[in-house]
This record gives sequence, structure tokens and C-alpha cells, in this order.
Amino acid sequence: MSFFYGPAQALKGIDLDIHEHTVTALIGPSGCGKSTLLRCFNRMHDLTPHTRYEGEILLYPDDVNIVSPDIDPIEVRMRISMVFQKPNPFPKSIYENVAYGLRVRGIRNRGELDGRVEAALRGAALWEEVKDRLDEPGTALSGGQQQRLCIARALATDPEMVLFDEPTSALDPIATASIEDLIISMAGSVTVLIVTHNMQQAARVSSYTAFMYLGELIEYGPTNDLFTRPRQQRTSDYLTGRFG
Amino acid sequence: MGGQTDALKHEHIVRAFDEELGRLTGAVVEMGGLAERQVANAVRALVERDVELAASVIQTDRKVDELEEKIDQDAVRLLALRQPMAIDLRMIAMALKISNDLERMSDYAVSIAKRSQRLTEQPELKPLQQIRRIGQSCLAMVKDVLDAYVDRDADKATAVWNRDREVDELYTSLFRELITYMLEDPRTISTCIDLLFIAKNLERIADHATNIAEKIVFIIYGDEINRPRHKVE
Repeated sequence: MSFFYGPAQALKGIDLDIHEHTVTALIGPSGCGKSTLLRCFNRMHDLTPHTRYEGEILLYPDDVNIVSPDIDPIEVRMRISMVFQKPNPFPKSIYENVAYGLRVRGIRNRGELDGRVEAALRGAALWEEVKDRLDEPGTALSGGQQQRLCIARALATDPEMVLFDEPTSALDPIATASIEDLIISMAGSVTVLIVTHNMQQAARVSSYTAFMYLGELIEYGPTNDLFTRPRQQRTSDYLTGRFG
Repeated sequence: MGGQTDALKHEHIVRAFDEELGRLTGAVVEMGGLAERQVANAVRALVERDVELAASVIQTDRKVDELEEKIDQDAVRLLALRQPMAIDLRMIAMALKISNDLERMSDYAVSIAKRSQRLTEQPELKPLQQIRRIGQSCLAMVKDVLDAYVDRDADKATAVWNRDREVDELYTSLFRELITYMLEDPRTISTCIDLLFIAKNLERIADHATNIAEKIVFIIYGDEINRPRHKVE
């Protein structure tokens, strides 16, 4: 799979098998293409002019090519949701933040909405903290809680895959730890793809890690192996802080 | 050279980390030098019946223990502050283990030195020459394994590892010889037992040299010795 910003090729023939129901981390220096790759997974580039996808990203089990122009990006985003660097709750109540995606899907039944909002908030380890104030604005929560609210929003539509783009870079260490714990526990039921600049974080949360450099996939393998005995010189240099 | 690693060919962006790693491995090399000299001097003190030299071996032990403690503290601090990965992680973790092997070696040398002091009060026995041979093999292994550590040379480390059997065989044959002595003349039993313990100590020193060889290979390849492995490309 390749990707172009105008004439500039940002991703050069990336070939990656992502394992179902595990956490896969994308690491690499700034500009290596890891965020560009992540964004391909829910067609975030569609609105950027002069961009072009080449190749395919096949979604198991029906082998839908996510980046095909024939596929509706809205449908892709129902199956693959995303959590961003900065918590970005809607300026609505906690409840509505989570219910939003469900309403878009046409779910109107209050009972069903209540049940799925609660399930998603529980899935994001936020329910106990907010169950008595679901009508308060989402923006009134702390940074870590807002990020968990965004995760609940991402989980509400029962996606098969959740993308995380630097999900804790705006959070303090305690909030970071709770998000990491959440990501690890999510992996049993959804496939997680995470971009992070924090290598220790990649090592802590993921089962597989891909190292990218200048738009290429340099090395991909089990996280334990990649961090203790990388095969490629460039991976070793990056991990040990020897990048010249 | 074939067995060497390229993983260190670039410097760290944080240069202080290079210096800290250099100090840590420097302390391991210094400790190795002391332990090597202790083993050499302990064997010489035994063969030449030199009580003074034996005393100096015993004294050096304190310095070796201090270095081990320093390596422990420095390694733990590096793990906490730098969160090392890949070859850095392996180097630091193995510095901890190698220093432990060297400390054991030093203890065995001290034990040999103490027995050698006692043996000067007894008449000399012929198997002493056999012990000198074991001492020489053992010392060559210690020296080579320390060279392999300094040069990060996996081939040299593997060669040391393969030589452990040599010392084991020398030890077994000396063991039989000493039993014959004791059977023939029970008055030599006390001396023979001292010599037997000394030979056993030398054999253990060689074991620690092979342990270090394994750790050097692990530093370089991240894998155990004598396994098919990949090299960093």
C-alpha cells in the first residue's frame, strides 16, 4: 500500500499483516509516515486535496478494501474508529458524546441507547466516575477523563478496530497509565493500531511493533523481539537513541 | 571481524549516555583485570609457596567487592534514567551478571590463596604440577574472555566457551591421581584434600569464564550461544 500527497510519496509500498484482537504499535521518527498510515485506515485523507491511495488495505473477514474509492468512508469509520492526540469531546453532554455515533446509525430507542452508552462508558473505564452526571458537558471532565470519553465514543458503535494517534501525549503520567491499561484490556475484543512517539509506551501496550522510516516499513515483528533484539541496524539506532 | 557487532557504530544523541555506558563497561573491565590477576597470583603463590603474594590476593578481594557494588548501582541508575533498549539494554543487564561472575571468580582466587598459605607448612606433593596446568588453562580462558568482552568479539567468546571441557577433563584426571595418593599414603590426606579443593575452585573459575562467554554472545546477538541466529543488518 502506497500513499501520495500530490507528487510526494509519503508511504512506499507498506506491506503489513495486522493481527486481529491484538495491539500493534507504529513507531518511527517524525515524518516517517506512521500517522499518514494510521489515517489511511479510516480514510482521513479523503478531504485533503491532491492525495492518492495506491494498493489496498483489506479488512478481515470480508476483505473490503478500505481505501477503494467505491467504499463509503462513513461505513469504514463505523467499523474503524479513531482516538486523537488531544481529547476532543463534542460540546455536548457526556451522554450525547457517546450516543452521537449511535444516533447517526439511526438508533432512536431510548432503552437501547442507554444500554449501549453505559456499555461503552464501562468499556472505557469511565462509567463509575460519570454515571451520576451524564448530563454534564463532556468538556467539564479532566483531560484523562475526556480522553476516556473519546474512547467510549469510539467504542459505542462496536467497531472492529480502533486507531489511536498519540493518545496520551497531552496527558499526565497517571492519566497515561489508565489509558494504557484500557488499551491493553480492549485488545481482547477489538484490534488496536496505535501511533506513539513514546517507545516505552509502545513496548508496554503492544504485542507487535512496526518501525517505519522515510515512508518505508523497516522492521515488523513481536514487540518483545523488536525492543530487545532488533534485526535491522536502523531499528537498533532508533531504539537506542543513536539516530544520526 | 566476523563475530563483532555493528550495533554500536553510531553514538547516542545524548552523549552523556555514551559516557555512562563507557564508565559502566570500564568498571567491568577493571574488575575483570583485578580478578584475572588474583587468579594468576593465587596459582603462583601456591606453586612458589609465596605467603606474601597469597596475602595480596586476599586483600584485593575488598576492591573487587567495591567495584561490584559500584557496577550494581550504576547499572540500576542507567536502567531507571535511560530506559535502555536493544543492545544498550543487553549491555547493562549483562554488566550486572558479568560482574557477579567476576566477583565469584575473585572469591575462588581468595580461597585458593588461603589454602596455599596453609600448604606452605606441608611437604610439597607432585600433583601440584598438574594443578599448575589446570591453573594455566583456566587463566588463559579468563584472559581471552575478558579480551572478547573488550572487543565485543562473539567468535572469541565462543572459542572460550568450547574450551571449558578441557579444564573439566584436567580436573577429573587430577581427582583420580589425588585419590591414588591418599590411598597409598594416608599422611598426605590433608594436603591432598586442600589440593582437591583448589583444583575444584579452578574448575569453577573456568565455569564462570564460560558463563561470561555466554553473556558476551547474548550482548552481541540477543540470543544464546550456539543457536542459529541472525545478525543485525
